[in-house]
Amino acid sequence: MDYHIATSFDDAIAVASKAQGITRFLAGGTDVLVQLRADIVTPDTLIDIKHIEGVKDISRESDGSWRIGIAVAGAEMTEHAALMADWPGVVEAMDLVGSTQVQGRATLTGNLCNGSPAADSVPAMVAAAMSATVAGPNGTRQVAVKDIPTGPGRSSLAKGELITALHIPARGTSSGDAYLRFIPRTEMDIAVVGCAVNLTLDGDTITSARVVLGAVAPTILLVQEAANAIIGTSLDEAALTALATAASAACNPINDKRGTIEFRTHVAGVLAKRSAKIAYERALANTGNSA
Amino acid sequence: MSNIHVTTTVNGDEVEFLCDPRETLLDALRDKLNLTGAKEGCGTGDCGACSVTMDGRLVCSCLVLGAEAEGKQIGTVEGIADGETLHPLQQKFIEYAALQCGICTPGILVATKALLEKNPDPTETEVRYWLAGNLCRCTGYDKIIRAVMDTAADLRRAS
Ligand SMILES: Cc1cc2nc3c(=O)[nH]c(=O)nc-3n(C[C@H](O)[C@H](O)[C@H](O)COP(=O)(O)OP(=O)(O)OC[C@H]3O[C@@H](n4cnc5c(N)ncnc54)[C@H](O)[C@@H]3O)c2cc1C
Ligand code: FES
Ligand code: FES
Repeated sequence: MDYHIATSFDDAIAVASKAQGITRFLAGGTDVLVQLRADIVTPDTLIDIKHIEGVKDISRESDGSWRIGIAVAGAEMTEHAALMADWPGVVEAMDLVGSTQVQGRATLTGNLCNGSPAADSVPAMVAAAMSATVAGPNGTRQVAVKDIPTGPGRSSLAKGELITALHIPARGTSSGDAYLRFIPRTEMDIAVVGCAVNLTLDGDTITSARVVLGAVAPTILLVQEAANAIIGTSLDEAALTALATAASAACNPINDKRGTIEFRTHVAGVLAKRSAKIAYERALANTGNSA
Repeated sequence: MSNIHVTTTVNGDEVEFLCDPRETLLDALRDKLNLTGAKEGCGTGDCGACSVTMDGRLVCSCLVLGAEAEGKQIGTVEGIADGETLHPLQQKFIEYAALQCGICTPGILVATKALLEKNPDPTETEVRYWLAGNLCRCTGYDKIIRAVMDTAADLRRAS
């Protein structure tokens, strides 16, 4: 294994483009090292991207959107009060990843690019309509986070490409997000179902919503029918029931010892309701005065 | 593949070692620097027995490459006592018998010291969540939690 410390994104792209065999980028290493140690994946080339300028920064752009550097660890997001106030669902979803020790290292980008259908931060990122800047030998492109994972362990990034930053849209007023997952324990487990909701209100009526499910299909699901069930409502009982039905209907889960198909399908509806209620409360409380 | 030369600071002392690029910081500490306090329970980030701090952040040394330690400040259990004088956490762990086999203890001491530096007045729930990544198969956790809560109270009184 060849270990390379990238000094710039261009350097990382150049090394990754020329590399033979298996290439991995080293962010927090909490997936890369586990796979290396377990002899699941031993990269031929490992490119450490933590020394590139700016990769540790969390910054708010002039339009109110956020830029998250690719080496920002989960713990650094949780400690960022302004980010937490704007996007509690995204921050909490990342905070659910692993233990305190894992939080000291794990990144949003790594969680996304590892390609697990149960990755906790990905539903919240897709609900937030986040995007990624992807750079490679043929230049730079903006890609919706939703379009990065293409299946378990697979992504739409081409050889030599890497993510150089993640972007969260401006929060805006009267809007809020939330993420909940079900695990058989209280900590340190992989999601059996995860659900993120991001919505915007006009008064007490939902004007737009994104409902995203994790761990119930080979990729995360952005469920338009579930969003439609609550748009135009004030999240009354009928809307919540319709939301749960639509969320459950979208599921195509695996059957294993941690959750049967029936259980996962049911829990998806329950978590959709609970996440929507939290996002709705946050939207009501978000009068824009904190920004 | 040739070895990588690493210069790092462990418990305040500058040290150097040579390591294979696949070698973890845990292996480097134990096999190259003879600091055997950090233990390997699982090697996959689940048990926390290998906990150390890197630039003040609590991490699993089994999930850090030795090469990544270049230029960093590493803190291990060996740096917690001041010479022969035990750290208050170490004294309380003895007083409360918060260990049996002791495999988990170095990791838990490093982890709880990091917690109390960040939050001198944690609730019991906060201590339990902070330590969710430190497994103990012997004590049932209760004595550990009580030792930590009591140390925190003592340290607050002393400051
Ligand atoms: C004990 C333990 C508990 C865990 N619990 C959870 C959990 O509860 N929920 C959960 O979702 N995950 C969990 N994980 C998995 C892991 O911690 C997360 O997926 C984490 O977010 C990965 O981030 P990283 O920075 O460590 O990634 P790395 O391991 O550094 O990289 C992961 C992958 O992303 C690629 N990559 C990294 N950066 C880039 C980039 N900029 N561009 C392109 N590709 C890139 C790498 O090539 C690699 O394939 C756990 C892991 C451990 C060890
Ligand atoms: S040995 Fe590192 S977490 Fe278990
Ligand atoms: S004392 Fe034996 S594992 Fe904790």
